[in-house]
Amino acid sequence: MDLARNWRLKDQRFRLEGTVCAECGAKFFPPRQVCTECKSTQMTPHEFDGHGELYSFTTLRSAPLGYEEQLPYIVGMVKLDEGPIVEAQITDANPDTLKIGQRMEMVIRKLRAYGEDGVIVYGYKFRPAANGS
Amino acid sequence: MRDVSVVGIGQTPVKEHWDKSLRELAVEAILGAMQDAHVDHADALYIGNMLSGQLTGQENLGALIADEIGLRGIEAMKVEAACGSGGAAIRAGYLAVASGQFDVVIVAGAEKLTETSNCYTTAALAMAADSDYEAIHGISFVALNALLMKRYMYEYDLVPEDFAAFTMNAHANAVNNPYAMFRSAITVEQYKNAREIADPISVMDSAPICDGAAALVLMPTEHLNGQRARAVKIAASAVATDSLALHDRRDPLWLRAVELSSQKAYAQAGITPRDVDLFELHDAFSIMSVMSLEAAGFAERGRGAYLAREGEIGIHGRVPISTMGGLKARGHPVGATGVYQAVEAVMQLRGEAGKNQVPNAQIAMIQSLGGVAANVVTHILSN
Repeated sequence: MDLARNWRLKDQRFRLEGTVCAECGAKFFPPRQVCTECKSTQMTPHEFDGHGELYSFTTLRSAPLGYEEQLPYIVGMVKLDEGPIVEAQITDANPDTLKIGQRMEMVIRKLRAYGEDGVIVYGYKFRPAANGS
Repeated sequence: MRDVSVVGIGQTPVKEHWDKSLRELAVEAILGAMQDAHVDHADALYIGNMLSGQLTGQENLGALIADEIGLRGIEAMKVEAACGSGGAAIRAGYLAVASGQFDVVIVAGAEKLTETSNCYTTAALAMAADSDYEAIHGISFVALNALLMKRYMYEYDLVPEDFAAFTMNAHANAVNNPYAMFRSAITVEQYKNAREIADPISVMDSAPICDGAAALVLMPTEHLNGQRARAVKIAASAVATDSLALHDRRDPLWLRAVELSSQKAYAQAGITPRDVDLFELHDAFSIMSVMSLEAAGFAERGRGAYLAREGEIGIHGRVPISTMGGLKARGHPVGATGVYQAVEAVMQLRGEAGKNQVPNAQIAMIQSLGGVAANVVTHILSN
């Protein structure tokens, strides 16, 4: 199920690979083909280091199909130090002590599975940074 | 371009229509609009719908519904812009008449969300957002709005109760709307004790999953010859877009497409927000009401919630919103919602809104949001 699609997204899911504009230097995650700042199409890959701060978060009590077993789970927006905001699940965290603005780091985790015979999708999540890095 | 008028309206009650199919709902609303307009034909049909393929296994609604209403042969197609599909269908119909292409056009919106269980519908609604970078993380559409609401509360130092007046206004207005889903007033206590879906959003901040259909008949204003006293003019029709995904916005707390779409509409109609007698905004979530009021120019940034607390959004307030219950209490059959807004605005401008009549309503603005205001359709109707 969605085999080619999950393969196609591997550089984003495992390495946070986005793009940088060769003309104006703007950085993007997810990758873009056209720069939103200067409309250049001279885009090259850029790997983000996966550190940033928590912009917002919420705990889901009701899930879309395929995520029910994970309930309750936290999702958030993390503003990377290099600029872009990334949306992902927040893991290894207690929602009662999470705070907007706290340091976060990327980790690789299981995102979801497509039943017993389907693929298991892995990719980035974020957790509170170990040493405030 | 020709001026365009709405000459007929129709709607079904909004609820969980377990006994009716998508086509039955659409036909009921359209026949109602045609009867109201005293027409028995149309040149074209544009039907707004978001999820018929995903939830009922049925696409190609244009051909299906044109045939079911007895107009097999005419031009017809489905228009999709997520939760803004209804508004987008009005836009398509408006262009078809304004351009001179057609003289009688039916615009409909129809949606059936209760055919499937909740987790299927929740997953389908998340298709309004970015599939590869939002939905894959289990981020539901409610969650996206929760992320915005939590950040908004953080930046402007608000608590959930600051949003309660929006829900209470919507429910109070729905009491008098026989087509509304929730015809019951609610209290602050009920708001505070409501079941959480994704904090800080509870069921009381969120429009319900439901079914419904609504329809309009459009004609060129110049063809009316003053004979249709109940006709309402479309004074502006405008669409603007923003990034589909929240993370691609430099300033997620500002609904740029709402601002752009509203400003285009004000310019077309030659008015300012002060001239608007009622504003049917897209209150799928309380936070969308707040942020829409700000971006559309009715409140300063960070002050949208105060409009409700100060009583400005009621029927007799400065900016009446959700006058027939809004998405929250009339209900939000997503692809039909934009057309329901138009039907209700026409009722207000005709003076047919009963106990919810906005006194001397002359100019109504309606706004339909696809995704988290990624595609924003604004229409201004006037007498």
